Amino acid sequence: MIRIEQVYKRFRKLQVLNNISARFDEGQVVALIGPNGSGKTTLIKSILGMVRPDKGTIHVHNQPVNGDPAYRQFIGYMPQIGRYPDNMRVGELFEMIKKIRHQEQTDEDLLRQFDLPSIYQKPMRTLSGGTRQKVSAALAFLFNPPVLILDEPTAGLDPLSTEILKEKIIAEKKKNKLILITSHVLSDLEEITTHILYLQEGNMQFFKDLASLQEETGEIRLSKAIARVMRGQETNNQWIDRLFALETKNESPR
Amino acid sequence: MLKLSRYVLYDILRNKIVIAYTLFLFLVSFSMFRMEENGSKALLSLLNIVLIVLPLVSLVFTTIHYYNSYEFIELMLSQPLSRTRIILSEYGAVCVSLLTAFWLGVGVPVLLFAPDATGFALLFTGSSLTVVFTSIAFLAAVRSKDKARGIGLALLLWFYFALIYDGLVLMILFAFSDYPMEKFTLLLSALNPIDLGRIFIMLKMDISALMGYTGALYKDFFGSGTGVAFTSGIMLLWAAVPLWLSVRSFRRKDM
Repeated sequence: MIRIEQVYKRFRKLQVLNNISARFDEGQVVALIGPNGSGKTTLIKSILGMVRPDKGTIHVHNQPVNGDPAYRQFIGYMPQIGRYPDNMRVGELFEMIKKIRHQEQTDEDLLRQFDLPSIYQKPMRTLSGGTRQKVSAALAFLFNPPVLILDEPTAGLDPLSTEILKEKIIAEKKKNKLILITSHVLSDLEEITTHILYLQEGNMQFFKDLASLQEETGEIRLSKAIARVMRGQETNNQWIDRLFALETKNESPR
Repeated sequence: MLKLSRYVLYDILRNKIVIAYTLFLFLVSFSMFRMEENGSKALLSLLNIVLIVLPLVSLVFTTIHYYNSYEFIELMLSQPLSRTRIILSEYGAVCVSLLTAFWLGVGVPVLLFAPDATGFALLFTGSSLTVVFTSIAFLAAVRSKDKARGIGLALLLWFYFALIYDGLVLMILFAFSDYPMEKFTLLLSALNPIDLGRIFIMLKMDISALMGYTGALYKDFFGSGTGVAFTSGIMLLWAAVPLWLSVRSFRRKDM
């Protein structure tokens, strides 16, 4: 469904993507993980055509990215930071996007579950960061697209909304969609991912499905399995250690 | 294309700065016409304000708007819309909103108090300057990724066109005062839309008689149909070239 072939991208001195090749198919939930600045968002933006790779090609549904923008009708995107025009009302935003996409059937589950119609009259500037995230999430799922790209979807959401979003992701996964997620909260990814793509300084360290990762490492928990794989590499130790500390801290109150 | 720009336009028209700008222009124009007995004198005072304030507001507002809409533009880029369409929609919305502010703020008083050739020349110049400086601001904003740099560049451009350029022209004229410079200054005026606008209006007024031989030559040129065509053509170039450059660089840009 998405085919990435030998993609390179350099921003000035920084090699952000270094020879990335991967293939994502229907029914997969791919977790893109890696430390800050490892190129996750750049990879996502390359798929969306916002960043133009220096070398290499990307195809979505067999249509090349950077040609006709029509391929983006297959994608629902939820950005890391959602900022909207200050004086635009929530209802107007949805109205506008519906007109742009001119698609009859819409999936308004999230819209209802997040209770967004009740704030349709509010201007965007009055919304809190979390509410804006809910708007972004509802927009991404609105047109029932076969590919969903979610950049840090749970950052800033309250636990209840996170749960709603997770359930929605699982429901979409069952409809045989392709879902790409980046997140630093591995426990959020645990229940939903089928594949892991690990990026480090622009290099793809591995791209494996969860089952074989668990088998190879003998660890059931995602974070531990990843830690086990990465242990071999000296450079990653620090990040893994910190991640571990965070995970145990999160678990202790339970 | 209209779908996107319509909603962006709704958003900008409700913007407090645009509303304040409209009110400011209206109050200034209205009080000018009220205070001055002579309509053309009021137009002259208004002209100076229009030539300074309009480019400044167009430049600064447009750049700030662009940077504030950055995430929104990114979201639009994730929709099945081409880049050219997105940037032109943004441009159209900003232009129309600033033009609306100008027409409500200056257009209405001028049409009420001085609906003559000079008045229309002022409205023509004001509208052109708004469009031109919005284009220039888009170019500055699209080219610089950093917000502070973009706004700084816009301000610098304003300083250049509104203040520094006149000094340079004066210096040149002074240095070459022994030579006939009339035709050359005509060319120089085309290199700055603010100057071009100023000359265009001044020559519609009686004061051009005070400018001696040069004034007469100018009046001959700008007063004719060729002059109007020349002014419109140059203004159009000043609007179209920066806009074309910014569309081109927006299409290649990494967001």
